[in-house]
Amino acid sequence: MNFWKDFNQGLIKENPVLRLMIGLCPVLAVSNNATNALAMSVAVAFVLIGSNFVVALIRKIVPDEIRIPIFIIIISTFVTISDYVMQAYFQDLHHALGVFVPLIVVNCIILGRAEAFAYKNPVLNSVLDGVGMSIGFALALGSIGMIRELLGAGSVFGFQIFNPAVAATIMILPPGAFITIGFLMAALNKWENKVQ
Amino acid sequence: MELFGIFFAAFLINNILLIRFIALCSFFGVSTKLDTSVGMSSAVIFVMTISSAVSWIIYHFILAPFHLEFLRTATFILVIAGLVQLEELYLKKIIPHLYRAMGIYLPLITTNCAILAVAFLAIDYRYSFLQAMVYSLGVSFGYSLAIVLFAYIRERMALAPIPKWFQGYPIAFITAALMSLAFLGFTGMFGL
Repeated sequence: MNFWKDFNQGLIKENPVLRLMIGLCPVLAVSNNATNALAMSVAVAFVLIGSNFVVALIRKIVPDEIRIPIFIIIISTFVTISDYVMQAYFQDLHHALGVFVPLIVVNCIILGRAEAFAYKNPVLNSVLDGVGMSIGFALALGSIGMIRELLGAGSVFGFQIFNPAVAATIMILPPGAFITIGFLMAALNKWENKVQ
Repeated sequence: MELFGIFFAAFLINNILLIRFIALCSFFGVSTKLDTSVGMSSAVIFVMTISSAVSWIIYHFILAPFHLEFLRTATFILVIAGLVQLEELYLKKIIPHLYRAMGIYLPLITTNCAILAVAFLAIDYRYSFLQAMVYSLGVSFGYSLAIVLFAYIRERMALAPIPKWFQGYPIAFITAALMSLAFLGFTGMFGL
């Protein structure tokens, strides 16, 4: 039950993007189509789960005063790995995501979970927390990416749904990201109020 | 003229907050009051210029000659974190007035991704040292312009009648969308 709770809370209740308002930059920047959004989520999931695992593993031997620099080094190691793997095998994606791959290192979700959760909990719980948070992040990022691609280019994951000539191009331009996330948050507020 | 182009593109056309979507946490976090946003932007201008100079030098004179480019993510973040600490100590001692004005925003800047992004972008764009300096000035002024304007609008919005579900962050995002739309209008200016 306890494991389920660790996994579950990242999904909606503490959804990192729509509830905690952290890790916003990649969400808005790479969500102009569903494929990029998915790729970004995978990269963030890899770094988050990996760093949660390592931090939980070494939490007993890390001196309290220098824990933040140590976390940052662990995180940047995983970020560098994902950056180079992406560059080697997925050139197009690497080009599309650009500077946002190395910027995962300052994504507040990852350092936040290392500090708030993995540093205080055993390995298995931390990994589950990482998985839950990653899925929550992917849900938010993926839904924003799909909405923007559908409205802005008339397609989802590159499959044409309707004629792009009638699509609202503004949705795949920067303002569309702000509009989509604003309305999504308002909808979540309303839905949560109804549930309670 | 070329330097002017770099400055102007970074300042308005590719505004780091509204068009490039970098450092949004601080954009929404510290823009609820006008004076906090002014404090944050002065700290950003100060730190970004120094840290992009230092990271440019480290990359081109230490990492590149020894083929250690793969260490740049780890190196830059540590250099910036260390630099912010040093700057804080230095300011506190030498210019206490400025230190009080920037206050708590200096340590917060370590997690401001704009600083790190500018260090990366100046290298990705293959800028010379002078170009990198002009670029980071342009970015930090663009940051200040956007965040101060946004804070001003948000202060006014406190009095406006807003639908219940849109209060707080949702309406802030929609405001940002309208500002971003306005900044999109600079595209193509001066042929950039």
